[in-house]
This record gives sequence, structure tokens and C-alpha cells, in this order.
Amino acid sequence: MSELLLSASQLTKRFGGLAAVNDVSVELHRDRIHAVIGPNGAGKSTLTNLLSGDLPPTSGRITLNGSDTAGKSPERISRLGLGRSYQKTNIFLPFTVWDNVRLAAQSRERHSPWNPLRWLSSAGAMADVNRRCERAIELAGLTARATSVAGTTSHGEQRQLEIAMTLATEPTVLLLDEPLAGMGQAEAERMVELLLKIKKDHAMMLVEHDMDAVFTLADRLTVMVNGQVIASGTPAEVRADAGVQAAYLGEEH
Amino acid sequence: MDFANFLIQLLNSVQYGLLLFMLAAGLTLIFGIMGVVNLAHGSFYMLGAYLAWFLVSQLDSLVLAIVLGTVIAVALGWLLEWLLFRHFYHRDHLDQVLLTFGLIYIFEEVRSILWGDDVHSVQVPELLNWSIPLTDNLSYPVYRLVMSGVCIALALGLYLLISKTRLGMKIRAGAFNREMTESLGINIRLIHGVVFALGVALAAIAGMIASPVSSVYPGMGSSVLIMCFVVVVIGGIGSVRGALVAALLVGLVDTFGKVLVPQIAGMAVYMLMAAVLLYKPEGLFKQ
Amino acid sequence: MSSPKAQLEKLPRSMQVILLLGAIALAAFPLMPLTGVDFYLQMLSQMMILAIFAMSLDLLQGVTGLVSLGHAAYFGLAGYALAFLTPADTPISLWWSLPVSALGAGLAALVIGFFVVRTRGIYFIMVTMAFAQMVFFLFFDNKALGGSDGIYVNFRPDASLFGWAGIDLENKTTFYYFTLLVLVLVYAFLRRLLFSPFGRVLAGIRVNEHRMRAVGYGTFGYKLAAFTLAGALAGVAGFLWAAQTGFVNPELMGFHMSAHAIMMVILGGMGNFAGAIVGAFAFEYVMHFFKDLTKHWQLLMGSFIVLIVVFAPRGLLGLVAQFSRKRGAP
Repeated sequence: MSELLLSASQLTKRFGGLAAVNDVSVELHRDRIHAVIGPNGAGKSTLTNLLSGDLPPTSGRITLNGSDTAGKSPERISRLGLGRSYQKTNIFLPFTVWDNVRLAAQSRERHSPWNPLRWLSSAGAMADVNRRCERAIELAGLTARATSVAGTTSHGEQRQLEIAMTLATEPTVLLLDEPLAGMGQAEAERMVELLLKIKKDHAMMLVEHDMDAVFTLADRLTVMVNGQVIASGTPAEVRADAGVQAAYLGEEH
Repeated sequence: MDFANFLIQLLNSVQYGLLLFMLAAGLTLIFGIMGVVNLAHGSFYMLGAYLAWFLVSQLDSLVLAIVLGTVIAVALGWLLEWLLFRHFYHRDHLDQVLLTFGLIYIFEEVRSILWGDDVHSVQVPELLNWSIPLTDNLSYPVYRLVMSGVCIALALGLYLLISKTRLGMKIRAGAFNREMTESLGINIRLIHGVVFALGVALAAIAGMIASPVSSVYPGMGSSVLIMCFVVVVIGGIGSVRGALVAALLVGLVDTFGKVLVPQIAGMAVYMLMAAVLLYKPEGLFKQ
Repeated sequence: MSSPKAQLEKLPRSMQVILLLGAIALAAFPLMPLTGVDFYLQMLSQMMILAIFAMSLDLLQGVTGLVSLGHAAYFGLAGYALAFLTPADTPISLWWSLPVSALGAGLAALVIGFFVVRTRGIYFIMVTMAFAQMVFFLFFDNKALGGSDGIYVNFRPDASLFGWAGIDLENKTTFYYFTLLVLVLVYAFLRRLLFSPFGRVLAGIRVNEHRMRAVGYGTFGYKLAAFTLAGALAGVAGFLWAAQTGFVNPELMGFHMSAHAIMMVILGGMGNFAGAIVGAFAFEYVMHFFKDLTKHWQLLMGSFIVLIVVFAPRGLLGLVAQFSRKRGAP
């Protein structure tokens, strides 16, 4: 059994009377992709937000790389080794692809904003940061577009940039929120290849609607409906589950 | 402090608070619904006061002056929204700040050209120019009580408008989701015009009814604007209820602060704001 | 509050030339045989001081995206620091009064920033204004601090050091060159900072603070540091202003002063510090021009500002950049 890197147990998030996430547990292991699927409004994005620190849970526990992270700030959780990509492209549009990823890579340096040396040195001359940046861009397949302004790149390239920025912080756990969103056939295939490539050494949680991709990539599958987990297991097990077929898979494609 | 003094300070706090509420309600509505920050809001207060002074000198009646003044203020608000502000709802806050700075300059000068830079006073209407005795030598001016009464009536009117009428429902819908509201066929532009005109009118009315009590002077807009901002910050943007609670709180803290601890006098309210910021950076009643 | 508009950070050739020519003109000015030079020296010194003030605000507003309506508080506080430090009968040493005043202003910015930086957007704008007003009233209401009348700075600071007589700042021309030197040094420092690791983080915060936190930056700390540094630099300008005019009053910390700073920065073009310098000079010049023209200059000033925001929201340098791009210049 490969190493457990992130474990969330009995996570609940209430907004007023509504439980957007209700008693959900998830485990992410190294070298494994765990896909979370479900209809719109099932609570998948909320779950991702709870794990990444964008929202504090109402109750439940999250353990990341040995540390308790429920309710901690996004920056704390990022430093503990979590990387997250967004469904709605969340990049720095006016900066070049390189500068986007470089900023993410720079975050790993233990810098204090109060250190005057950091006000006077050159950002472009940090060797470790540049190395990390170059590697992430290469992994994401964006080397050719590194000097382009992010706002001028295609939708698919921007989704790749999302991944590159997530990788640049050298996380051990990756939360990928609909990385294939809005992609055509060819772009989607490239993205799937990319995700398989980075699977090694990372524990990945994938929220997706593209069923072909999900069944190609996922080692484990969790199905959420109305905030609750209705099935969890290997893709084959979940596919065969009658409840899942009725609630969800029957509606898709 | 004996009871009579306490009562006087309490009444003063409430009166000041209610006046601030009139201004803050407009500001918070305009910001909450249209997302535009208006630094010239204090100028409407100032213009209202000068307008009242001018109209009273012509019409010899404060009531008539206020009625006419309100009509003028609504028209001015409507015009400003149509001409300028509506083009700035989607712009940066910075651009809005800059625009309203420019307007402050323009309003100051317009007032200077129309009515000069002198300090004026407005006479309290004969009918209300007496005081209720509280003790042997202390009494409270009736006009101030009437002022508070008018503010309360307007506050009630605002509450009824927003929560009980169809217009109010449309206003709330527009604040919540503009595109959806538009697609439902509701004329969002009309709503925005109404809200803006309402905000301007409330500020101007506040200036008009306050004119007999505070003097009418050029800088009155900026000094009230700051307090207004403090109220909106404490109350939470977009919340009229928050503006009411915060305005009364500010009124109390400011009035009693000045009386009880004169050393910190003007600073008391800012300390209150700082305390709120530590605990709730988005205001007490954030939407 | 993030403005994802593409910011002009690297200055195009045309702008670099303009700046260089401007610097040469400023340096050469006192040497020119003009009548009434003294008056102009004073005016230009003030404009240069305001340019430093504007640059300090640009760090906060143009680079980090924090619109502060209360930046003058730190400008004024440093001016008051010099006034309090200068004894009645002898000048104070420049070499420690300047750092102390600037650091004092920075400290005030740190304390106020601690409360203010936790807010965002429109709240930030309002609370910065409110705290600056608080500082204003602190001085306005207290006779011990000078009250509404203000305080005189009896002597300009003394630049002598360990026996070396140093430069005589009471001399208008010397003071002018000293101010020019500070202007150039602050500009060079801020340009360096813009492309430093710290500067890049601030730019990132302006464009997308949410993502900055998601990749692991403690943005509160960075914003607070920017707020403090900007306050300290505003203090440098305030110190020079007090030395130059010989007088401080609460208006230096007031709303109008803060508003002027914002307008200067926007007028010139934000985010590259060159715009702040251009904006400061342009704003002061336009204001003097209108004041000379008519008693009702505020009407002209206000209309001018409205026109700028409607037609040239990226300021003068933005217009220049557009123009040179159209001509195909690099």
C-alpha cells in the first residue's frame, strides 16, 4: 500500500442550514490518482476548497504530510506541501508564462518581506527558483510559450499554465479542479498525458466531468451527490454500483 | 453626571447618530448595489445645507425650503447618475475615487460661485423654536427632537421601501445578481438611477434639516464624510441595518467620549473602528 | 481591488529619454542666468519633494494595488518630527534627524498598517482615510502638539559631520541639489525594488492576491511591509518639506494632501515610479496655472481631473506609451 499523504475524515461544511459537504472522507496516496466525480452542485468544489484552505470546515479532520490542516490558511497548507489548480483559470494574465511560474517557484524560498536584501537583489537571478520554474514549465509542455504574455495564450495553454504553477511549488499532494475544463479533443488528450506523467511521486486528487479521462486516469474513484459520498472504490467497483448508475452515470454521455 | 445631563447627552448622541445614518445609508446603498465609491457624498450634505439657507432666505419657510430642496436634490442625483456615475460601475475603485475627487472640487466651486464662501446660520422655525425643560436650569431644544423624529421617519420609510415594496425587492435583487435581474426584464438602469437619487436626496435632506443646528460652512462636507465612512466600515458595506446600528454607536461613543474623556475626544470613534477591524474586518453586518 | 490592467513596468526608450532629459534640465536649472531664479528654485524644490511623496504612494498603489486615502499622515508626521527635534536656537544634525523622522513615520505606518492591511478593496480606502483623519485631529486638537496653528522649524538641518563642515542647507541652491540627489536615490532604490523578489511579490499581489496565497505567500506580511516602507519614504519627503518651508501644520496630514498624492500618481501613470515624478510636476504645474488664471480655479481643476479619468485613465505616461506603440517604437 503506497504512502498515505493526505487524509480527510468526516468533513462537513454547512452554509446556514445547507450542508454542501456532508461527512466526506477521502484518502490520497503517493503515485495514485483519486478522482472525485458527481453532478453539478454535488459539493466537489467545496470539498477541494476545504482541503486547500480556501474554506474552513464546520467539522472534520484533515491531515496533510503528518500535519493537521483543517481550517488553516491557504498559504500554510501550500507550504506544507499541497498544490492546487483551479477550475476557473486563476493565473496572472498580464505577466508572461515564465513570470507566472517563476512567482510560484519563488514562494518556496524562505524569504521575509522585511529583509532589505530581498528589496535590492534581482528576482531574475535566483538560480534555484529559475531551475524549479524551468522544470515546471517543461513538465507542463509550455517551454515554447515561456515568453508569451499569459493573457495572449490559448485556453488550453492557460490550463497548462495552471498546472505548471501548481507544480512549481514542488508539492507532494496535488488537487486538480477540472483541469480539462473547456478543452477540445486534442488538447484534452495532451492534458491526460501530462497528468499521467506527473503522477509519479505525487498524490493526486482529480475533480473532473470528462468521463473518458476519469476512467483512463483514476486508480480510485469517489462519487459525490448532494454533498455526500455515495460510492468509493476502484473504477470497476464504482461502475458496477447500482446506486451510482442510477444517480449519476446514467445521466452522462 | 446627573440624570438630566445624561439625558441631554443621550439625546444628542441619538440625534447625531440618526443624522449620520441618513448619510451612511445612502453611501452604503450606492456602494452595495452599484459598487461605486462616492467621495463626493459629503458634498451633497454641504450643498443641501447651503441650498436650505438660500431657499429659506427666499421663501422664508424652512419646511418649504426642505421640500423644494429635496426635489432639486433628487433631480441632481438622477442627472449625475445618468451623466457620469453609470459609466463607472465597472471601473476600478481608483478611477471612481479620482472621478469623485474631481467632483468635490467642482461642487466646492459651484457653491462658491452661487452662494459664496461665508459661514451662515439658518433660523430655527418659529413653531419649533422652544425647549422642553428638564430641570430648573436645563432644557432640551424641541427642534433637535423633531430632527431626530424626521430621521426616524425617513429610516422607517427606507426600511418599508426596501423590504415591503416591489421596488425594494427589485433593488435587493439587483444588488444580489445584476445579470439575472436584467434577464428577468427588470430595468436595472432605472433601479440604479432611483438608488443613486435616493442616496443623494438623503444626504441633502440631512444637510437641510441640520442647517439650523450646525452652522453652514464650506468644510462641512469633508468633516461629515469621514464620520460617514467610519459608520459604513463599522456597519458593513451594503447593510442599511448595519449603518443604523453603527451610526448610533458612533453617535454614542463620540458624544460620551468627548464629555467623559476630553483628552482623547475626537479619537474615541477611531479607536472603536480599530477594535471592530480587529474582530470583523468587513463590518458588523457584512452581507 | 486588483486591477489586472497590464502595468507599464519596463520603461520604453522614449520614456527613458524623457526622464534623462528631465533630470539634466533639473540639474542645469540653477546655473541658468534667469531672473527670479530664487522663486523657481523654491517651486522646483517643492515639486521634487512632492515627486518623492508621489513615488512612495506609487509603491503602495501602483505596484501593490493598495489605494490609500491617508498616505499624507506619514508625510506630515515626519515633518512634525523634524519640527519637534529642532531646538529653538540651533539646527539639528541631518544625519540622524532624517533617519529618525523617516523611521518614525515608518513606525506609525506599521502600527496603523497592522489594523488597516487586514481590510481590502473599498474598506481599505475608507479606513486609511479614517486613520489619517485621526492623526490629523490628534495634532489639530492638541495645543501641546502645535494645534491648528502648527509649529515652526527654526533651522534647516545641519549637514556637518565629525568636524567636516558639510553642505549648507540654508543655501537655496544647495538645498535644491540635495533634494534632487534624494529624488534620484529614491527613484533608483524603488526601480531596483520593483524587480527584486519583494517587488515581484507585491506585483503578484496586485494582480491576483488569491493565487499568491494559494502558492504559499503570506500576503498580509508583504502588504504590511509595503505599507510600512511606503510610509517611511513618505516620511523622507515630509522631512524635506518641513526643512524647505520651515513650517508644519496639520494640513500636511490632511485629506487634501492625501488626495493630491493620489491624483499625482494617477495623472502620471502608475506602477513604474517615473509616472509619479511626471505626475507630481504636471499636477503642481496645472494647479498653479489654474490658480493664476482665475479665482474659481477649483472648477477648472475638478474638470481637468474628471477629463483625465474619463479619457486618460492610465495617465500621461500611458498616453505616451500608446503613442509610441502606434508609431512602432520599441
